[in-house]
Amino acid sequence: MSNYIIPFFIALIMIIGLVKKVDVFSEFTDGAKENLKAAVSVLPALVALMTAIGMFKASGALEFISLAISPLTSFLGFPEECIPLAIIRPVSGSGALAVFESILTDVSPDSFAGRVASVIIGSTETTFYTIAVYYGITKVKKTRQALPASLAADFTGFVISALTVRIILG
Amino acid sequence: MIKWIFGVMIIISAILGAVNGNMSEVSSASLNSCVEAVELCIYLAGGMCMWGGVMRVAEKSGITDALAKLFKPFLKHLFKGLDTSGKAFHAICMNITANLLGLGNAATPLGLEAMKRLEEEEGENEITSRNMVLFVVLNTASITLIPTTAASLRLKHGSVAPMEILPCVLITSACALLAGLVTAVVFDKGERK
Repeated sequence: MSNYIIPFFIALIMIIGLVKKVDVFSEFTDGAKENLKAAVSVLPALVALMTAIGMFKASGALEFISLAISPLTSFLGFPEECIPLAIIRPVSGSGALAVFESILTDVSPDSFAGRVASVIIGSTETTFYTIAVYYGITKVKKTRQALPASLAADFTGFVISALTVRIILG
Repeated sequence: MIKWIFGVMIIISAILGAVNGNMSEVSSASLNSCVEAVELCIYLAGGMCMWGGVMRVAEKSGITDALAKLFKPFLKHLFKGLDTSGKAFHAICMNITANLLGLGNAATPLGLEAMKRLEEEEGENEITSRNMVLFVVLNTASITLIPTTAASLRLKHGSVAPMEILPCVLITSACALLAGLVTAVVFDKGERK
């Protein structure tokens, strides 16, 4: 199904463009040229963020944090197996997928922890990466409430994921 | 905010790496992550060029106008003071469409386009605008309707019902998004008083 969406989405735009007599090729390349410059301007923010995250993961800090917050998560009824996932999820997309895979290898995807992990992957995003890249393209230096609000969304997602799985899937 | 997180993460990594005896890993991570960042940037540049091109064609064909009309009733209350016929609003609508369809690879380039245009329309500033924050929060809280990645990995690991998580995902996404937006708006009001 998902294999159909993108080709048809782009094809549909081309059909409408051609019908409306738009020079689809030169407009396409104009748009592409403009974004090429923009892409390069994101690089410094990406280097900074990925260096910090790479060092952080390698240092064993994630394991340290999961140990520190385990009393809170057991109070919230959040499965212990999913703590590393919740910690890495806002920071690294590929890291989160790797942790998700290892959870599904350890426990059944249809177990409580397996389901909660699946809901987390399906309903949250890589917050730090998104903020760094999105603001990296602008001149903004002070992001104000963007990070706290996004983390509030992530935290709510983690709590609600365990709650909905318990209530809906029993 | 970011400057503290960036600095503190590196400091903690150095200290914890030493305490845990992971110094060789931390050292190689510090040297290799920048290469990964360049790889990611090239990957992203391809997507941004491609979707920037598609976006331009969609704009010239009046498709983004139609999308903007469709989303206007929902989004005009959220993005206050933004011209709903402007390029920034159009890019926001395209980004949301891509997100809803689960096209993560398209959503990021279109989102960056929207940020760039928000800056053009609202003026360059070192401090983020309210609309930028709301748009970023919208993208950090996933608004995907169908969790394809999670479902395919569940299937791979032998789940008998990979899609059974769908209602939980939808409710969780909605609650998370709401929490994010409410936090952003409340914070905004609190600071202005």
